[in-house]
Order: sequence, then C-alpha cells, then structure tokens
Amino acid sequence: MEARGFVASGPAALSRRLEAASPRYGEKAIFALLAGCAVLSVVTTTAIVISLVVPSIQFFGEVSITDFLFGTDWGPTFTPASFGVLPIVVGTLSVTLWAMVFAIPIGLGSAIYLSEYASRRVRRAVKPILEILAGIPTIAFGYFALIFITPQLQKIWPGHFLGGPPLLFSVLGGGLAIGLMIVPIIASISEDAMSAVPRGLREGAYALGATKAKVATRVVFPAALSGIVASVILGVSRAIGETMVVLIAVGSTPNLTLSPVESVQAMTAFIGTTATGDIPNGSTTYKTIFAVALLLFGMTMVMNLLSVRLVRKYRQAYE
Amino acid sequence: MASGLEPKTARAEMAMAGARGVTSEMMSKQPRKDVIRNTIFGSILLLTIAVALAGLGLLIGKNLVDGASRLNLDLITHNNSSNPEEAGLRNGLIGTLWIMFFVVVMLVPLGVGAAIFLEEYGNRSSRLIRLIEVNIQNLAAVPSIIYGLLGLAFIARAPLDLGYVVITASMTLTLLVLPVVILASREAIRAVPASIREGSMALGATKWQTIRRQVLPASVPGIVTGVILALSRAIGETAPLIPLGAATFLTFTPGPFTEFTAMPITVFTWVKQPQPEFQTLAAAGVLFMIAVLVVMNSFAIWLRNRYEQSW
Repeated sequence: MEARGFVASGPAALSRRLEAASPRYGEKAIFALLAGCAVLSVVTTTAIVISLVVPSIQFFGEVSITDFLFGTDWGPTFTPASFGVLPIVVGTLSVTLWAMVFAIPIGLGSAIYLSEYASRRVRRAVKPILEILAGIPTIAFGYFALIFITPQLQKIWPGHFLGGPPLLFSVLGGGLAIGLMIVPIIASISEDAMSAVPRGLREGAYALGATKAKVATRVVFPAALSGIVASVILGVSRAIGETMVVLIAVGSTPNLTLSPVESVQAMTAFIGTTATGDIPNGSTTYKTIFAVALLLFGMTMVMNLLSVRLVRKYRQAYE
Repeated sequence: MASGLEPKTARAEMAMAGARGVTSEMMSKQPRKDVIRNTIFGSILLLTIAVALAGLGLLIGKNLVDGASRLNLDLITHNNSSNPEEAGLRNGLIGTLWIMFFVVVMLVPLGVGAAIFLEEYGNRSSRLIRLIEVNIQNLAAVPSIIYGLLGLAFIARAPLDLGYVVITASMTLTLLVLPVVILASREAIRAVPASIREGSMALGATKWQTIRRQVLPASVPGIVTGVILALSRAIGETAPLIPLGAATFLTFTPGPFTEFTAMPITVFTWVKQPQPEFQTLAAAGVLFMIAVLVVMNSFAIWLRNRYEQSW
C-alpha cells in the first residue's frame, strides 16, 4: 500500500508521505495489549501481597504480633492453640544452614573447576549435565533424602556425635538433599560469572608466575564476586522456600531446636500440611497460614533485594 | 633473537646464554610450595565436582534400583488406586497434560508479549519499566508454595471463585513460570541486531510489522527454549498444587473442566504411604518424572545450542 502511494504522488509529496498514512489504531491496540502483558507481573505481585496481607491483618487482630514473632511454642491447630512462630522459623533456618554447608563448597568448587581447570571438552560435557539436572523435580530430592541420605547417615553415624544418629525425619537429611538440589544453581551461575572475567586479567597473573590455584582464588574469584554472591543468595532463597523436601524428609514436629539430628517443622512444611483445599475460609488456622506465608515472603524478598543491591554495588564492568 | 642484540663475539654469546639460562631457571619454576598447593587445590576442586555428580547419579541410581520392578507400561496405563499393585500414573499424567495445555495457551502470549513490550517499546530509563523489571526479578524468587496460596485465595476462592479445577491449577502455574519465559524471550529479542529493525523500518514497515516479521522469527529458538524450560518446571512443581486441593487421593480421569490431579501429586501420595509396595511405586514414579523432565530440558538446551545465532 505504501509503495503504490509513493509512486503515484511523486517526490513533491515525499515529506508528507514519511508520516503514517493512517492513524494506525492497530499499532496502538497492540501497544496497549503488550503493555497489559508486562503490567501483569505488577498485578501478580500486588495480588500476592493483598492475598497475604489481608488475612494476616485479621490474624493479628486475634493474636498479638509479639506473641507471634517471639513466642516459642507453635501449635496453631491444637487446643489450646499457641502461635509462637519461632520454632518453625528456626526450623527453616537450620535446614537452610545445612543445605548451604553442603551447597556452597560443592557448588563453588565445581564452578571454579569448570571455569579454570577443566578442558574445553570436559566443560562442554559437564555444564549441560548440570543444567539438565537443575530440572529434577524437588519431590525427587525429598524422596532421596528419605530413602537414601538419612538411612546412610544413620549407618555411618559416629556414636553419640551431636546427640546420636539422625532420626528418620531429620534436619540434616533434608538439608543435605536441598543442598544437592541447589548445587547446580550455584555452580552454573558462578561459572557464568567467572567465565565472564576477561582473559587479560588471568594472563597478567600467569605472566607474573602465578599458579592456577592463585589465579583462581586471588584474581578470578574476587573479580566474579558479585555474581558468586548473587548465586549463593539465590540458593539461600531457594532453600528457604523449598517445600517438598522438608515436607517429605524433615517432618512436622515444631521443635525449637538447633540440633541437626532431630525432626523439626519448617515454615513451608507447615503451610504444605495445613493449607489443603478443604480448609474453611476465615478460620484462625486459615489466617495463620497466610501470616506464616507473609513472613516467608518477606524473608525471600529481603534476600532478593539484598542480592540485587550487592550485585549492583560490586559489579565490575569490563570493556 | 629478533632484536638488534645479536651477539658479536664468543664472549658476548656466552654471557647471553648464561643470562638466558639463569633467567629461565629463576622465572620458569614456580616455588615448590605453590606447585604443591596448586595440586592440592586442583584435587579438591575435582573432588567437589565428583561429589556433585555422584550425588545426582546416586539419586537416579537409587530410584532405578528400587523402582525397577514397576518400570513398565502399567505405570502409565493404570489409574491411581489405593491398591499399590494396581496403582499407576495414568490419571495424574492426563491431569498434568490438561493443566499444561492451558498453561501453554496462557503462558506463550503473556510471556512473549511482556518481553516484546519491555525490549521493543520500553524506555529503559522510564520508571514503569524499571518497576516491572524489579518486579519480575522478585517474582522469580517467590517460593512456589506462595503461588499456591495466591491460587487458593484469589483464583480458587473469591474474587475469581473458579473452584479447585484444572484451569485454577493452570493459572497458578502460569503465574509461577511466567518470569522464566519473559527472561528467556527478552534475551532472545535483545540478541536480534538493531540493523535488522532499522532496515525493516526504513522500508516503511510499521513497528508491529517489524516485530512480527523480522524480530520474532529471528528469536523463535530462544523463546521456544524458554517455554520448554518453563513447562518442565511447571510439570515438576508439586508444592503450589497442594493448597489448590490436589493433595487427596484421586482416582478418576480428569478432563479439561473437571477437578484436577497431577503427576507429581500422585507420586507424592505414594511417597506418603508406608507400605513397601507403594515405596517401590514411588521410586518408579519419581524416575518417570525425572525422565520426562530431563528429556524436555535436554531438548531445550540442544535447541538453544543448535540455533544459537551470531549475527
């Protein structure tokens, strides 16, 4: 259409022809439609916040906020009910701790190996394997903790170390399974960050006589620190939010304990066991779920904002 | 030897050879301590990656050994049942397929649309765009069970009040994996060079014509990779479905508009049973899910590497 108009009108009308020949309502409609798609993310966040905050406010009308945050007794479905959230927060944090104790060294070690030591062929074989394994469903890790990790720990446990072998449902078993789940995330993101460090920095260090170990730990690692920290924080927030593993392998007894061999209840496990479809709307239990979820949401949100800030602060821009 | 310092006499030649020898003696050998440390460090790194791969290998191997006796066609041709000898994944699988059908229908236009808006229409410095970007990043970090609560509070009950049906699960999972598709599509769209767009615009195409006929076709492989990865995540997610009323033992075959059940939920019900027969079945079910997801992820990664275009 444009071409025909151009030929017919000739050069004299050229300046006018450079403008749109019609108001292009279609383009505007498409713009609005696409904007709508993008704004959906904001709507989703708003909906999440509303769906968590409204029942939580009602909850704090019935239970005082200090009793909730600092209470050490968790039994919202018992009679008499108690709403001290500390046991399940500590449960979540100690599972996360053991997950990171496993995942940080293993994940970062794998990343340094792949980025600095491995030959091209090894890297090209192992990296996709890690990416593919990142797709293993979380329920598989939970089941693995229950049928393999914890029983093996019980077998090899040295006597009364840390108060005896882990129970069938234990912090340690679940934590290690979550750690294994997070390794590919940490390894893959850290490896990307280390590979992005320019060759020149490495070569400079090699020219000064540094060994691979020195180049990796004193040049590449600090230069890639922002990406590495981001990967670890992402790992922590995954561990905090992980539901299936704690539901299957860590148990549902809200003990306030730091012992890794005992069974605890994590926040997500409480939500997972209590929030089933048939829970009556407006009951105190229903509201309790949302108050716990709000706390969980706040925790992961803080982790995420922290990671965004750290990355921005320590990002080294090369080139 | 390329420099102008060619030795003129035998004495000079000898002196230079000596200097060269000393230099290489001093400079090429790293201190013994460093060499030992380097070897130890390298071995530790090798050990870490061996532990990671061994852990994941054991996970698959253990399920393979435990579930071997149930790894046959009956696993996917029998409906779930309270009798472990009869139970299978069929209705869970069909439920998952229906859920995923609606997920794709919603996910692709919403995800790609948002990506196009952010890359092609968005002004990077505008506050709305920055808000949306931070938002998507945050959404990607929200625990999946919280999406389940969103689905429970907003979609299954008032205000949308759809009940515990397939479409409720689909909508919840779509919101959960939307950031994956948006991020992947944005990267694919960003990789299309500006010259392509400028060429198209210079020929008189409108913005949408440029996007529709030039930018989108060039970014299809990246987008498809993102969609497959998102779907594999959605298929494997159990936690967000629990608050949507799926945790119960369903034995009927779900249709597009019925109540739902899903493959991971079926496996979860087996995991919770104490009988050893159910444990065998659970191992087989876990393995089947891993197989499905690994095949999907492998395909996505192959697709990405195969069609990775450098302009």
